[in-house]
Amino acid sequence: MSSRPCVSHAIVKSSPARPAPARESTFQNWLRLNFFSSWFNTLMTALALWALIITLPQFIRWAVMDAVWYTPDAELCKAAAGACWAVIPEKYRVMLFGTFPYEEQWRGMAAIAIILMLAAVSALRILSAKALALSWVAAMVIVFVLMLGGVFGLAPVPTHRWGGLPLTLIMFVGTVIGGIPAGVLLALGRRSQMPAIKALCIGFIEIVRGLPLVTVLFMASLMIPLFLPEGLTIDKFLRAQLAMTLFFAAYAAEVVRGGLQAIGRGQYEAADTVGLTYRQKMTRVILPQTARIVLPSMMNEIIRAFKNTTFIGIIGLFDILRATSTAMQDPVWVRYSIEAYLFISLLYFVMCYAMSKYSQGIEKKLRVGR
Amino acid sequence: MQTTTSPRAPGKRPSGEPRLSWSRAWHNSHLRGWIYQAGVLISVIALGAYLIGNAQQSLSQQGISTGFGFLTGSAGFEIGEKLIEYGSSDSFLRAYGVALLNTLKVAVASIVLATVLGVVAGLGRLSRNLLVQRISSVYIEVFRNTPQLVQLIFWYTIITRLPGPRQAISIDDWAFLSNRGLSIPWWVNDAAPWLLLLSILAAIALLLPALRWAYRRRRLTGRAQPLAYAAALAFAALPLLILGLFGPSHDISVPALKGLNFRGGLTVSPEFLALMLGLSLYIGAFIAEIVRTGVLSISSGQIEAAQSVGLRPFNIYRRVVFPQALRVMVPPAAGQYVSIVKNSSLGVAVGYPELFNVTNTIVTLSGHTVEAIAIMMSIYLGISFAIALIMNIYNHHVQIKER
Amino acid sequence: MKPQQAATEPAVQLQDVNKWYGDFHVLRDVNLTVGKGEKVVICGPSGSGKSTSIRCVNRLEEHQEGTIIVDGIEVNSDMRQIEAVRKRVGMVFQSFNLFPHLTVMDNLTLGPMLSQGVPQDEARDRAQQLLRRVRIPEQAHKYPGQLSGGQQQRVAIARALMLQPQVMLFDEPTSALDPEMIHEVLDVMTELAEAGMTMICVTHEMNFARKVADLVVFMDAGEIVEAAAPEAFFEAPRNERTRLFLSQILH
Repeated sequence: MSSRPCVSHAIVKSSPARPAPARESTFQNWLRLNFFSSWFNTLMTALALWALIITLPQFIRWAVMDAVWYTPDAELCKAAAGACWAVIPEKYRVMLFGTFPYEEQWRGMAAIAIILMLAAVSALRILSAKALALSWVAAMVIVFVLMLGGVFGLAPVPTHRWGGLPLTLIMFVGTVIGGIPAGVLLALGRRSQMPAIKALCIGFIEIVRGLPLVTVLFMASLMIPLFLPEGLTIDKFLRAQLAMTLFFAAYAAEVVRGGLQAIGRGQYEAADTVGLTYRQKMTRVILPQTARIVLPSMMNEIIRAFKNTTFIGIIGLFDILRATSTAMQDPVWVRYSIEAYLFISLLYFVMCYAMSKYSQGIEKKLRVGR
Repeated sequence: MQTTTSPRAPGKRPSGEPRLSWSRAWHNSHLRGWIYQAGVLISVIALGAYLIGNAQQSLSQQGISTGFGFLTGSAGFEIGEKLIEYGSSDSFLRAYGVALLNTLKVAVASIVLATVLGVVAGLGRLSRNLLVQRISSVYIEVFRNTPQLVQLIFWYTIITRLPGPRQAISIDDWAFLSNRGLSIPWWVNDAAPWLLLLSILAAIALLLPALRWAYRRRRLTGRAQPLAYAAALAFAALPLLILGLFGPSHDISVPALKGLNFRGGLTVSPEFLALMLGLSLYIGAFIAEIVRTGVLSISSGQIEAAQSVGLRPFNIYRRVVFPQALRVMVPPAAGQYVSIVKNSSLGVAVGYPELFNVTNTIVTLSGHTVEAIAIMMSIYLGISFAIALIMNIYNHHVQIKER
Repeated sequence: MKPQQAATEPAVQLQDVNKWYGDFHVLRDVNLTVGKGEKVVICGPSGSGKSTSIRCVNRLEEHQEGTIIVDGIEVNSDMRQIEAVRKRVGMVFQSFNLFPHLTVMDNLTLGPMLSQGVPQDEARDRAQQLLRRVRIPEQAHKYPGQLSGGQQQRVAIARALMLQPQVMLFDEPTSALDPEMIHEVLDVMTELAEAGMTMICVTHEMNFARKVADLVVFMDAGEIVEAAAPEAFFEAPRNERTRLFLSQILH
C-alpha cells in the first residue's frame, strides 16, 4: 500500500440502542406517503375517490337505508325504493333445499351439518390422512342414506327431488373424493413406461381438459342413456356426479403430475434400492411427498370444483343457483331476484373465501417448514 | 477361502424351472408390462364395442340414421345474432359456422376486456396508493370467489331489468342503454369498421419497426432521431385518416328511437353484453392475480442491480422487470384465455347463440346426437389445441438460456 | 454539489449515521471516512449492520439520522442527488443479480447506454475491455445462466465498472460461490485495488483483507466496535468482541 498516511478512519462509539425518532405528524406523513407522493399518485387518488363517490352512496342507500328487511307482504316491497331483502326469509327454504319435501328438510340440514363439521375437522388436521379418508367415505355413506331414505323409517326421497345446499355439497364432496384418487391414477398412468396406458391416460386428460365442463355434463346427461342397454338407466344425479368427477380428475391429474415431476429422481431410486414394490414405493415414499408439494394447487382445483357445481343446473339438477332461479319465478316476488342472487353470491363468497384463506395459510406453513 | 462358482453354460437357467411358465412370464418385468397393456386394451376395446353396440341398437330402433350427411340438410331454425348471412333454410353446416363465429366474437371481446381489467387491477393491487390497492383487492377477491354462472345470471338479470327503449339511459343522446341492449353509433357502410381495424393493425405493424429503427440509431449515435419520430407519427395518423374518410358526418348513424325500438347504429344484444361481462369480470380477476404474482416474482435484487447501474424507474420496468415478468405471466394467462373460450359455452344459460347453445338446438331438431356432439367437441378441442400450440411456440422462442 | 474537490477530500463519509427498521435500531452512530484510492474492509457477524451500512451509501437503504457524503454529494431524499451518487458508485452484490434474459454484453452496456447516453459502439468497446480485464473476454455473447458462479460475479464486477465509478462497494461478493471459484473473484478485486480504486468491501475473506485493506473495521450489533490498519487489527485486536469474532473466523 502507499506510503502516504492513511486517510480512512472510523470512530468507535458505543451508543445505547434508542427507540426510533418520532416523526412530526404521523397521520399527515401517512397521508402524504400513501396518497399524494407524486403527481401520478395524486391523480390516482382523485380518480379512485371520484369512482367511490358516484357509486358507494347510491348503493348504500339502496341496500341498507331504503331497504325492506322483513315482511311477508310483497306490496310493502313494491312501495319501497330500496332493496327487498324480505324475499330471502320468504324463499330461503326453496333456495336452500330445492324441491326436497318440506317436512323432511331436517335431513338436508343434517347432511349439511355433517359435511361442514367434517370439513372443519379436516381443516384443523386433527386426524391422520388414512383416518380422515375413511371418515369422509363413512360420512358420505351416512349422508346418502339420510338423503335417500327408504330405510330406518325414513321416507324415501328420490334423487331428482334433491336440491339446494345439500345437493351442492354432496356433489362437491363426491367430486373431490372420487376425483383425487382417479387423478392420482391418471397421473401415474401418464408417467408410465407402458405406451398403451400412457397413451390412454394422455388422451383422456388432454381431451377432457380441452372441453368446457358444460359440454361434458351435457354429454353425460344425454349420451350415457344412449350407450346403455335397454332397461338399464342411470339416475341423472349419478350421471352428473360421474361427469363432474371425471372432469375434476383430469385437472387433478395435471396437478399431481407436477408434483411427481418435482420430486427428484433420487427418491425413486432410493425406494427401488431398498426393495419396495411399485405400490409400496408410491404409497409410502412418493405420494406422501407429492401431497405436500401439490396441496396449494390442489386446493385451487378444489375451490374451482366447488364453484363448478353451479353448472349442474344447466342439465336440470336443482343446485342452489337453479333452485333460486326457479324460486324467483314466483310472480309475486319475481322483481326481487337481484336480492336473492346477491344473497347466494354472499353464501358462495363466504365459503370460497374461507377455503382460499385456508389454502394460503397452508402454503405459508409449508414454506416455513422447509 | 476358495470361492467356487460353477460356470454356467450360456442360456442355462437355474435347474428345476421349466423354460416356459406363467410364473416366469409374470415375474419378467418386460412381459408383465405387455400383459397389463394387452389386458387394458382388450377391456377398453371390449367396453367400447359393447357401448357402441347398444347405441346403434337404440338409434336404429328410433329410426335415426348415423353419419354426417345430415349436415347439408335444412336447419329449420333461426339464430338471433349472426355475423354472416343465415336463414332457417340454410344448412346445419352453416348454422355451425354462425355459432362458431358468435363464440369467437364474444371470446375475443372478453379476452380484450379481461386483459385490460386484469392488468389494471393486478398493478393496482401492487400500488403504494392505499385506495387503489384496496379497491383492486376488493374487485379481485369478490369476483374470484363467486361462481361464474352466478355472475352471468346476475348481469343478465340487471340488464333485462333496465328500462325499455323509451326510458333508456342515454349518454348525451348518442348512446343508449336499455333492456334491448347497448345501442351505439356505427358505420352504415359494413366494410368501414373492418377497414378501420385493418388500418390500426397496419399502423402498429409499421410503427414498431420505425420506432425500433429510431432507437437503434439513437443507441449508435447517442442522439435522438426526430425524423424517425415524425414518420412514426405519420403511421399512427393512418387510422385517424380512415376515421376522417368515413367520418361522423356522412357514414355513421346514430341510434334513434323509432316506435318501440332503436333504428340505426349498432345494438349490442343483452345476451352478448351479459355474457361478455360475466366472462371478462371473472377472468379479469384471475389475470390480475397472474400479473401480480408475475411482477412479484422478479427478485428485488434485479431492481437493486438496475438501480445501481443508474437506470431510471421507467427503464427499470421496461428493460428488466417487464421482459422477465412477461415470461412468467404468459403461460397461465394463455390458460385463462382458453378458459374464456370454453366458458363461452355458458351462453346457453342466457340464450346467446354460441356453439354449445346452437349444438343443443341441432341435437334436438336433427336427432343426430352423437355426430352433432362430436362436431362440437372437435371445434372446442381444436381451439384449445391451437392456443396451446401458439403458447408453446412463444415459450420456446423466449426461453431464458441456461446451461 | 461542489464544483471542485480538494485532493484530500475523502471519497465517502458517514457521520453519526443511525437507522431503524421500525423500532429496531439497526445502525447506531456509525462514523466512517474512506479516503480516495483507499480500501476499507468491514467484517462482523451476521446482523451486525455491515451490509446495511454500505447499502445506505448508494441509497438502496435509507438512513434516518446522520449524514452520508459521497464525492462531495450528500445522500438524501433528493432524486437528482441520488442519481448523481449512483453514477459515481458501483455495487457488486452477493447474489450477482445479473439480468438473466440479456447476454453478458447487453448486461454490461444497458446502464451506460440508457442512463449516460453512451453510444452503442463506445459502450461495446468499453465492455470488451472490461471483460478482458476480468479475464473472460470470450463470454460476451453468452447468457448468465450459461456461466459458472465465479464467471457471473466477474461479469457483475465488470458491469459495475462500466459506469467508471469513483467508489466500488462489495457486499459479500464471494459468499455465494463454491470454494474453488472464490480466488478468481478475489484476484480481480485485488487487481482493482492495486490499480487505485476506492473500495469498501463487506467480506469474510480475511486473507484478502490482510493483503489489500488500508483499514479493517469490525461491526457488531449495529455499531463500529474496532477499526485499525490490518497488522494492528489482526495481530493485536483491542476489543474483546473483536478477539472473539476473529477466533471464530480464523482457524
